Amino acid sequence: MEHVDGNAIAGPLAEFFAFDVTTATGRCVGCGSIAELARAMVYRSGAGTVVRCSTCDTVLATLVESGDRAWIGLRGMSAIEVRRAPSAG
Amino acid sequence: MSDATTSQVTALGAALQSVPRSGWHAATVAAVHRETPNASRLELDVDGWPGNAAGQHLDVRLTAPDGYTATRSYSIASSGSSTRVVLAVDKLPDGEVSPYLVDDVRAGDMLEVHGPLGAFFVWAPAAQTGDRRPVQLIAGGSGVVPLFAMASAHAEADDPTPFRLLYSVRTPDDVYFSEELRGLSDASAPLRLDFVYTRRTPDGWPAPAGRITREALEAAVIPAADRPRVYVCGSTGFVELVADWLVGLGHDPRSVRTERYGGT
Repeated sequence: MEHVDGNAIAGPLAEFFAFDVTTATGRCVGCGSIAELARAMVYRSGAGTVVRCSTCDTVLATLVESGDRAWIGLRGMSAIEVRRAPSAG
Repeated sequence: MSDATTSQVTALGAALQSVPRSGWHAATVAAVHRETPNASRLELDVDGWPGNAAGQHLDVRLTAPDGYTATRSYSIASSGSSTRVVLAVDKLPDGEVSPYLVDDVRAGDMLEVHGPLGAFFVWAPAAQTGDRRPVQLIAGGSGVVPLFAMASAHAEADDPTPFRLLYSVRTPDDVYFSEELRGLSDASAPLRLDFVYTRRTPDGWPAPAGRITREALEAAVIPAADRPRVYVCGSTGFVELVADWLVGLGHDPRSVRTERYGGT
């Protein structure tokens, strides 16, 4: 099956994060490049989902869903940056 | 402690330990129309839908009688606060979900949907974002769906930002939202439409049918010098070809947002 991109995992990731994490930027442990998760390459199969850096192909994250449980591994990201809404004060 | 109390405590513990699957909604199919020979337009009434931005998607989950589930993502063709959500679904020959949605689903049927999803591949009017850079939309096939939502939101807001849509499509019969697109290009919000026909052109079309070329792309998109924001949606092969050409033509990679839906 042909790969897709990080936009496609907004739904599964919503089980782990309280905000849309596809707009967060992650730093790849392989090459150091920083990009929104939506720009990552996503390989899905019956076994699970592998998220790879679009620059160097390092595995950034893995997702597995099985019945009433779901797992996420974040082995390839050394940092994640989120944008906060401007504070009212 | 009585058995009844024990079971209540156990149930409470299980409830606290499991993560609620937020954002799932029951949707009723309100209407189904044939969009093209290979696609249907579905209008859904979604209970509790919070509204969505132009370009977002949702996940549809089908459950078989034996409990087997299949989930697929579909871009939303509508935007705004309405609980009526419009999809346009292309039938994949060996798909698990799309043949059901295109050929079998009827008004009154129920679906489970999760969304709205994705905050990356979205557009909002300049009045909200303050961004007045021109916008270039580039669609391959059914990739036009989220871009149609953006162009509609642009017209709805009477937004002055220049918009241009380049739509690569097999034949004139395969154009999604054909009438609506013509209407949008006549609206007061500026939208210019360009088509590339890959299999068959309308009569009298100046170019032969064929895949988009780098030269055709360059001729039909807002030049890099005008610093457009670019949204590209289509099959993975189409998106990656176009995105590489755009960068080669001098577009800033950070201004090019892409959404790949996989194989053709």
